[in-house]
Amino acid sequence: MRYIDEYRDERIARALVADLARRVTRPWVLMEICGGQTHTLMRYGIDELIPPQITMVHGPGCPVCVTALETIDKAIQIASQPEVIFVSYGDMLRVPGSRSDLLRVKAAGGNVRVVYSPLEALKMARAQPERQVVFFGIGFETTAPANAMAVWQAKREGLRNYSMLVSHVLVPPAIRLLLSAPHNRVQGFIAPGHVCTVMGYREYEALSREFRVPIVVGGFEPTDLLEAILMLVTQLEDGRAEVENQYARSVSHEGNLPAQAIMREVFEVCDRKWRGVGLIPQSGLRLRPEFAAYDAERIFKLEDASAEEPAECLSAQVLQGLLKPVDCPAFGRRCTPESPLGAPMVSAEGACAAYYHYRRHRVAS
Amino acid sequence: MCLAVPGRILEVEERDGTKVARVQFGGITRPVQLDFVPEAQVGDYVVTHVGFAISRLDAEEADRTLRLLEAMGLLESEGPDAP
Repeated sequence: MRYIDEYRDERIARALVADLARRVTRPWVLMEICGGQTHTLMRYGIDELIPPQITMVHGPGCPVCVTALETIDKAIQIASQPEVIFVSYGDMLRVPGSRSDLLRVKAAGGNVRVVYSPLEALKMARAQPERQVVFFGIGFETTAPANAMAVWQAKREGLRNYSMLVSHVLVPPAIRLLLSAPHNRVQGFIAPGHVCTVMGYREYEALSREFRVPIVVGGFEPTDLLEAILMLVTQLEDGRAEVENQYARSVSHEGNLPAQAIMREVFEVCDRKWRGVGLIPQSGLRLRPEFAAYDAERIFKLEDASAEEPAECLSAQVLQGLLKPVDCPAFGRRCTPESPLGAPMVSAEGACAAYYHYRRHRVAS
Repeated sequence: MCLAVPGRILEVEERDGTKVARVQFGGITRPVQLDFVPEAQVGDYVVTHVGFAISRLDAEEADRTLRLLEAMGLLESEGPDAP
């Protein structure tokens, strides 16, 4: 298929790797933020194909992984109520809360449904006016416009039985936090191509200037990632720190303006707690007061309760690029996709799941 | 989550005041909302995420990158390891 096959061409990949080997003269640590890109790296073995001087560490760009434990607990509380149809993207169902998960709520008779688009949740609300349809609104900037559109549409139609449990997160504040950490070792970032498709890359220019760090907006196919790595290494070897756009076929400097407009109309920026990372100022989105009637937290009057992660799960360090999944003593032993201790082993974009699925059964010894 | 895939627009229609496209992704077709990419037309490739198109792929940019990559690939295949 056009726009896919050509970016998986082995010949091109080998040429990029050869060029990389010619350019690299010393060790560099790079981070891809997006979990989708982590999976491409693992699936195609790119981390093992590139010269050994280049270390890829994996970022926190997995919304399922960073959704706060307390928010999962709230989702479980709402989904357990008899009048509720709880609607979610598939990955969230098996994410462990502090005592249960959504899949167990479903098994116990809860009406929990998986959808591909928030518009399907809206359809359920129209079809069953006697039920409360609650959509689990998670995701980064890529997903926020679609989730915003569903709420906007519900308000326009005057639907009274549709609401959203919102746990949206934003990428740039997370990069800022990583770069500000005293133990940071990341020297260059691959910025997430689909987040930037929506948002453009102005925010990344500010980060690059402030921290003097090269950032390359990258796509998701193997040759996209290899080219992005090559662009980063070239900048680092030349002593430059700029923002470059490898994924120009989809990403423009200003991003998608209609998508940004609906996001701004429905959501406002707020502080947000990230699972495994902690509170990051101004790193989340919540519904604006004009849309309060669609806020599931208000409708169901949920209490804020704090919850603890199992001590055995080291996902906090994994999500910040401080540990590789295989460095965790529980990896592949006490923690597997069938019986996960933490969210990164569950999600299709979690770094632990990526290592587990793509031949990285090698457990820590 | 941020998985988004390119597909080709086969048809565009107005539905409830919004533009909806029928988009082909490999062997399957799906309806896709064009609210965020209203200028997209039949034959265009759009990147789609959770039912909404988020960009129209720029053919020129794609070709430019590919030509660049191809050139490197061809240089490489002239080496002794070429099949």
